[in-house]
Order: sequence, then C-alpha cells, then structure tokens
Amino acid sequence: MAIADEAGNAPAAQAGTEARRPVRILKNLQSKMALIPMMFTALVVFLGGTIWTVVYSFTDSGLLPRLEWAGLEQYDRLWGTRKWLVSIENLAIYGVCSVVGTLVIGFVLAALLDRKIRGENAFRTIFLYPFALSFIVTGLIWQWLLNPELGFQQVVRGMGWESFTFDPLNNPDLVMFGLLIAGLWQGTGLIMCIMLAGLRGIDEDIWKAARVDGIGTVKTYIRVIIPMMRPVFVTSLVLIASGIVKLYDLVVAMTSGGPGIASEVPAKYVMQAMFGGQNLGQGFAASTMMLVMVVIILVPWAYLEFGGRKRG
Amino acid sequence: MRLTTKLLAASAIVSASAANAVELEVMHWWTSGGEAAAVNEFAKAVNERTDHTWVDGAIAGGGDTARPVMVSRIIGGDPPAAFQFNHGRQAEELIEAGLLLDLTDVAEEQGWADIVNPSTLLDACTIDGRVYCAPVNIHSWQWMWLSNAAYEDNGLEVPQNWTEFTESASALEEAGVTPLAVGGQAWQQNGMFGVMAIALAGQEDWLAVNRDKNAEVARGENYARVFQAFADARDLSDGIDVQDWNQATNAVITGQAGAQIMGDWAQGEFAVAEMTAGEDYSCLPGLGEVAVLDTGGDAFYFPVTGDPEIEAAQKEMAALLLSPEVQVAFNSKKGSLPIRGDVDLETVNECTQKGLDLLAAGNTLPSGNELLTPDTITQANDLMTEFWNTPSMTAEDAQERYAQIIEDAE
Amino acid sequence: MANVGTLASTMAAEEPVRDRLDGPSGPRPKKVFSRTNIIVYGTLFVVAVYYALPLYVMLVTSLKGMPEIRVGNIFAPPIEATFQPWIKAWSEACTGINCDGLSRGFWNSVTILIPSVIISIAVASVNGYALSMWKFKGSEVFFTILMIGAFIPYQVMLYPIVILLREAGLYGSLTGLVLVHVAFGMPINTLLFRNYFAAIPEELFKAARVDGAGFWGIFVRIIMPMSLPIFVVALIIQVTGIWNDFLFGVVYVRPENYPMTVQLNNIVNSVQGVKEYNVNMAATLLTGLVPLVVYFFSGKLFVRGIAAGAVKG
Repeated sequence: MAIADEAGNAPAAQAGTEARRPVRILKNLQSKMALIPMMFTALVVFLGGTIWTVVYSFTDSGLLPRLEWAGLEQYDRLWGTRKWLVSIENLAIYGVCSVVGTLVIGFVLAALLDRKIRGENAFRTIFLYPFALSFIVTGLIWQWLLNPELGFQQVVRGMGWESFTFDPLNNPDLVMFGLLIAGLWQGTGLIMCIMLAGLRGIDEDIWKAARVDGIGTVKTYIRVIIPMMRPVFVTSLVLIASGIVKLYDLVVAMTSGGPGIASEVPAKYVMQAMFGGQNLGQGFAASTMMLVMVVIILVPWAYLEFGGRKRG
Repeated sequence: MRLTTKLLAASAIVSASAANAVELEVMHWWTSGGEAAAVNEFAKAVNERTDHTWVDGAIAGGGDTARPVMVSRIIGGDPPAAFQFNHGRQAEELIEAGLLLDLTDVAEEQGWADIVNPSTLLDACTIDGRVYCAPVNIHSWQWMWLSNAAYEDNGLEVPQNWTEFTESASALEEAGVTPLAVGGQAWQQNGMFGVMAIALAGQEDWLAVNRDKNAEVARGENYARVFQAFADARDLSDGIDVQDWNQATNAVITGQAGAQIMGDWAQGEFAVAEMTAGEDYSCLPGLGEVAVLDTGGDAFYFPVTGDPEIEAAQKEMAALLLSPEVQVAFNSKKGSLPIRGDVDLETVNECTQKGLDLLAAGNTLPSGNELLTPDTITQANDLMTEFWNTPSMTAEDAQERYAQIIEDAE
Repeated sequence: MANVGTLASTMAAEEPVRDRLDGPSGPRPKKVFSRTNIIVYGTLFVVAVYYALPLYVMLVTSLKGMPEIRVGNIFAPPIEATFQPWIKAWSEACTGINCDGLSRGFWNSVTILIPSVIISIAVASVNGYALSMWKFKGSEVFFTILMIGAFIPYQVMLYPIVILLREAGLYGSLTGLVLVHVAFGMPINTLLFRNYFAAIPEELFKAARVDGAGFWGIFVRIIMPMSLPIFVVALIIQVTGIWNDFLFGVVYVRPENYPMTVQLNNIVNSVQGVKEYNVNMAATLLTGLVPLVVYFFSGKLFVRGIAAGAVKG
C-alpha cells in the first residue's frame, strides 16, 4: 500500500516527505525503476570505462592493456610533444568558430524553413543529407573542391578572375578554416532540424501577440523566440561541442593532420597513439587530459543548470 | 622443381593427417581490386588443397584500422584463426603475452630457414629462437618512379640517379613541371626520408641508426647531408598539393610531375593507366645511388585457440602459404615479390626484374618496420611531416630532434 | 542645362519616397514576389546550392569511367555516362575474397539498425521524461555522468567494452552490439528529450495528475503525442549514427554479421591498392540512401502546433 501511495502521489507528497526518511527511497519509485538502464549505463559504461582509462594512463601499456606502472611518464611525454600542443590550439580555434557558425546557420535555416514555405521537405533533405554520408569519401570530395587545380579556385579563374587564390588546405594558417567549411557543411543540417523541432513546439499565439504589439519579425525572434528556446540551444550546444571534441574523421579524410602537423586535433592524437603507435598508455593519457578539460567546462554548467531550479 | 614436388607431397601428407575440417577465419587488409585477387589465391589454395574452409574477414584501412579489431577479438576471447600484420615488431607484445601460436615445428619441417630469402624476413618472425609468423611477400619502399614524357617532351634526359634528378630539376620547373610529387600524409614523407637516408648516407649509417639506435650517427655528417637534401627537396614539390599517394602517382602518370619516391605498390597505378615500364615510365631502385632494396612486407600470425584441431589446421595453412605455387600465384596478382628465391613469377616487367635481381644478389636490408617499434615510427612520421611542411625549420633542428627520437627508441 | 540635371536627380531621389508614402493605396505586387519572400527563397536557394554541390560532384564522378576521372574536370558531366560503377559497388566489388559488393552486408545492417534504433529511442525518451518531470534526489548526478560520457571519443572505450561484453557472455553477438549502440546513443538522446520535455507547460502535467494519470499513462497518452518533432530528430540521429557505424560493427560482432559499412570501408579505404573513385562514390551514395529515405519521409512528422493546441484543450 505504502509503495503504491508514494509512487502514485509523488509530486503532491513532495512537501511532506522530508520528515518521513525511511520511505524516501520509494518516492518516485516508477521513475527510479524507469531510469535503471540509464543509471546502469552511466555507472558501468561511462564511469567505469572512464576510471579504467584513467588507471591505464599511468601504465606503459603498448598494444595490449597491462598493469605495469609508469607513473606520470605518459603525461610528461604528452606535454612535451609539440603535436599535442598544436592539437589543443587547433581544437580551440575550430571549436569557437564551429559553435558560433553552426548555431547561427542552423537557427537561421530553421527560421527560414519555418516561414511556411513551399518545398520545405526538399530543402530540409538537401541541408540534412551531408549528415548521412560517410566522411571517408565526402572528405575526398572536399579535398577536390578546395584543391586549387580542380575546385573553386579553378572555376573562379576560369570565369576570368586570374589572380583569385583559394587554397586553404595547403596553407598552415588557414587549414583549420578549410576544415571548418566542410565541417559546417556536414553538421549544420542536424542542428537545423533540432531548431526546427523547437520552433514547431512554440505556440502560434505568441506570433499573433507579437504582431498585435507591432514587434517586427526579426525582433520577435531575438526578444521572444530565442529566449523561449533556451533548452533547445543547450541541447544543440552539447551536441556540437561533443562533436568538436571527438573531431577526427573529417581531419583524417581531408588533411590527415597536414600540412605538416598544422591541422592535428586531440582525438586524432589519441587514435594515432593507441592504434598507430601501439602505445595505449600515451593514448589514454591524452584522452584523460581531454576529459579533464571537458569536466572543467561542463561541471560549472551543470551546477548552474541543475542548482536551484526545481520542478515536478 | 624437385623441391616443389617434395613440398607438395609434404603438404599433402599434412592435409591427409588432419582429422577434421575446420573453418579458418582469416583477417587481413587486402581489399582493392588487385589485392583481393591476390588474397583469393590464398583462399583457393586453402579450400582446394586442404579439407578446411577459408572464412574471409577483410578490413581495409591498413594496420591502424585493423589492429584494434584484431586486438579486440583476442581480448574478447574469440580470436580469428589467422591475421595479417607487417612483419616486424608490431606483434612483439602479442608473442610475449603468449597469445600467438609457435610455428617452429612447421618451419623446421618445411625448411623455412633454407628457402626464405632474404633470411631477415624469417628473423623478423623469430623471437628467442622460436618462429611465430609466416612471411608471405616482399614490398620495398626503395623506388623512385619517373615520367619519361615529362623529361623527354622538354628535351631532357630521364635521370639515372638522385644527383642527375636534382640537377635537371630547375629545367623541369622552368618547363612548368613539378619535379617531385609528394602526398600530404606523414607516412609518405617519412618513408621518403628513409629511402633518401639509405641512398645518401649509405647502408652502414642507416643500419647504425635504425638497428643499433646509435644517436651519434644520427647526429653525424652523413645524416646531415640527408637532412640537407630533404630540406632542399621541399622546394621541388611546389605546385602539386595532394593527399593520397596515388594522387601523387597520378601526377607522374599525367606528366604534371617528373618523379615520385614511393614503394613498389605504385606500379599498380601505372599498370591500370596502361603504361609500360621502360617506355612510358622509369624506375630507380635505391634512387639509382645504391643498389639495394629494403624488404618489408606482410606476414600471417596465428592466435592460440587452445583447440588442437584448429591448431593443426593453422599449421597446415602456414605451410601452404609458403609453398611455391601459392607464392607465385599470390605475388603475381599482388605485384609484390615472393619470399623465396627458387620460384619464377608469371609475368615480369623491367622494374620487377630489377627488384628480383637485387633480391637474388642478396642486396637487401631489413625494413623500418622490422627494426623500429610502431611508437618510434609514429614519432618519426610526425617529425618528418613537420619538417617537410615548415620552410622555416632548418635541417640542423630537424636532425637534432630526429637524434632525440632515436636516443629514446627501444 | 544644370537645372535640368538637378531636376532629374531630384525627381529620381523623390521617386522611392513617394512610392513608400503611396504604398498602401497603390497597386501592390503579388504576395509571392514580396521582398521577404525573395529574401527567404533566395537565401534558401543559395545555401541549397552550396550544400548540394558536393553531392553533384559525387554523382557525376560515379557515372564516369576511370580514364575520364583521371584527366577530367570534376564539375564536368560525364561524356559517356555509365552505371557500371553503381552495379559494381552494389553487387560485384570484391572485399577480400567475397565479390558481392555492398549487397552482402545490407541485411545485416538492417538487422542491427531496427532493434538498436527502437530500443535506444524508447530508453532515451523515458529517461528524458523521468529526468524532466519526475526528478528525484540524485537523478541529476547520473545525468551529469552521462553528459560527460557524450564527450569521450568512442575509440577510447573500445577495450573496456570488450571486457564488459566478454564478462557478460555477449562478445561477438548481435545482442551485444545492440546494447553498445543503445549505451552510446543514450547521452545525446536523453539530453534531447529531457530538454524538449522541460519546455512542455507544467499546467498540462498537473491537470493530468488531477485526472489520476500515472507515470506511464502521462507519458504514453499526453507527452508522446505532443512530441513528434523531437522523436523525428532522435530517429534521424540514431538511424544515421547506427547505419553509418563502422567501428562498433567491426569490433563487436563476428564477420558473418558485419554491417554494410564494413564493405563500404573495404571498397573505399584500401591503403596500397589502386583506387577506383567512381566505385567509391557510388558505394557512398548507395550506403547513404537508407538515412536519406528516412529524412525525406519522416519530414511529414515535423508538424506544428500539436503542443500549442494541447495547452488550450
């Protein structure tokens, strides 16, 4: 009886439960049971896997994971390697541009598609298709398009502008932006979809009200709609950011880290160490450092997001 | 020929004695057209000449893609019956951990020590006197490929060595041809450096650095010359910006570039473009400076399964891979050289013949894969690609950093 | 002379002003050609061209023969169009000794895709629902761990998962692979649902509680029907991710169950062999067809106003 009672009336009973400690575990029982797969995944897969990785980063594991302690050796070497430092710098540049670019383009496209236009389905599919194609080959296409002999530069010169130069992939200072062109092409479609789903969830009456008050379209988006879509933006941000941290395929397919080491990224460093160099310990040390950086950024955000506000 | 029949008889006896047919799952990274045709020769041999069945587990992308899969299968307790690695130090740890099958009895029975040429290939499979892998082919990095048209159309002689090549480079550039095509990936630049080191610093110094890890030699004068030549070569590749090695080869095929330094697999691209060795393109082993080939290549390893039936089948397969007919059939399709000197390939062009002659004369060196750990090779890749692409980096800087890597190498 | 000139320019300057002033009373252009519409469609069109350009290059390349590719212009349409690369990619390309192209792994991919997508979306949507509407002490700790998990490169987790699956006796089985897909799809999708549900008006939830609906009742009868667009987004993410997955497929199941991406990788990714660009392009486009079909048809579910209507009702 008590179980059913507690579970059934959870929100109502919330105020009174503080005093009734013994049955607290039963509060929201159905919710807790429903979340068992998630708790299991969080603890065993993600937390367990992370701890495993951190532990092995203090070993000299090569091709096989083995517990032979090496202390901080792997970290020493990591921070003494130029490629790693370049990787982090590149990730920062790419990350900032990619977050801003994807959010802006994604939102603008979604807003345009939301203007009750014809052919929405066709446009949406065109914007989204790059997401569906494996990057091993689309990376090659971008290599061609950005290649001065084959791609855009050649076309523009063919139109008579002989001095036009556009060769981002072979210029160490521009290569990250060359990657960004392809990265935005691949990633904005999905963000557009998420934004569109968010826009479709907004009450039409809000638009009517804005029109009655004489607020312009752009202003309504900025003042009213975007603040209402905060959770959608947070979702998008996490999605984009996790993609940036894991950035690997794109780089391998388009530049393999070049010219030289000018477009190396941390995830590629990790993979190269683990599977190319057969040095698992070094790869785990690098991925541990990546995780530390993520935690430094994520935990304050989680505190802000979860601290204080409660509903239910 | 007598040897052939004896071997055939030997493998026939082995297969007759195998009590049960076993499915042999074989993992490898040979997937392009020619490679697939070659591996099919292995499969045919296993299926037709033994009671066992070849189950194919092809995973393209080379070792970096295939290695995690193979290691996962081994850790997960479900290893394949056989897998391919480059012969050398890549499998060292698996052997030390006792995960790979000891093939010493097969090797002794089949007399591998006498037939495998060069013998360093078998050494690369041997740890503490025990044999753990079956080498199947030889690939060499030691080649420079030249477009005859690029030179002749501009009234130049096709160079016969590196010195002539560098001397004619400026004339080519004036004619609008890039002298040297180089792909953007790090392994290509490091591979090229290795070729130049053997050609310009000489075998002795190269062995001192790569085999004995002698950092003083790496800091020495001969190596300084190599680094300087490498630095000078940076300017020769302006005008061709491609990533993949075969895009660079294509520049040589179309005559946009004069030459490329690349392993013997590049010949496949010339063949597909229907070009004839000697007429349309030329090849210089050892850059025409030294008559020597490094002998890298592939080998098969056999994980321990604990099942005696599978073990017998694995050993049977190992013996079969080195048998003369299989060697000829496989290497003819693959474009590589056989690991035994007593067989003849089906069709041999001018360039392949040069390679075979060098092998027969014993002018060989072990490959970088056999001497250096993958970890060291990765570090060298990173350094060479940085050096190649950073005009402001001096040869002295690069040499010192290289010597550091050699000092730290195991 | 000077006067005329001045006059003309004055008139020219005045024209738009008068136009604007008279605007409402004058004859209006048809609505379709309004300035907003031109901007909207113009922008969409230009962006669509940018997005479609690589697709165009892939298509024409896939229809060319190799000699034409080796010399030609990447934008040029094929001189002699051939479907041979497509046929080869689908049914003839050899990967190792098996010469039946992509078709070999197609059904394996479908068998992996369907249970993985259904289970992962079901689990993630329930997670999101519970985390947004039925919070309990500690629920957000698990959620935060999950969020950090979203940032770990998959490859790093490869070996610990092998060990987990081995201990559970699932290594090499399809069930194991499905569970891996569910686990790795969980962080992003849970976040997606949680944040979407969090925007649903609270009154709705309270009203349902008053009507006596419970945890599952509210989810199935109220929350799910009003959240179609976000289910579509989750579907898009999961179908794409799982269909294109290569790493997990090749590591966690045995060769007879390899998904199609293993064949795709084998066709396009050989290191030393000769590369056939036309077959590579055809194979990539063929592999991308399944997600593309899902994108196109799931679009119909991107409907507006269900949530809005429900509030009033």
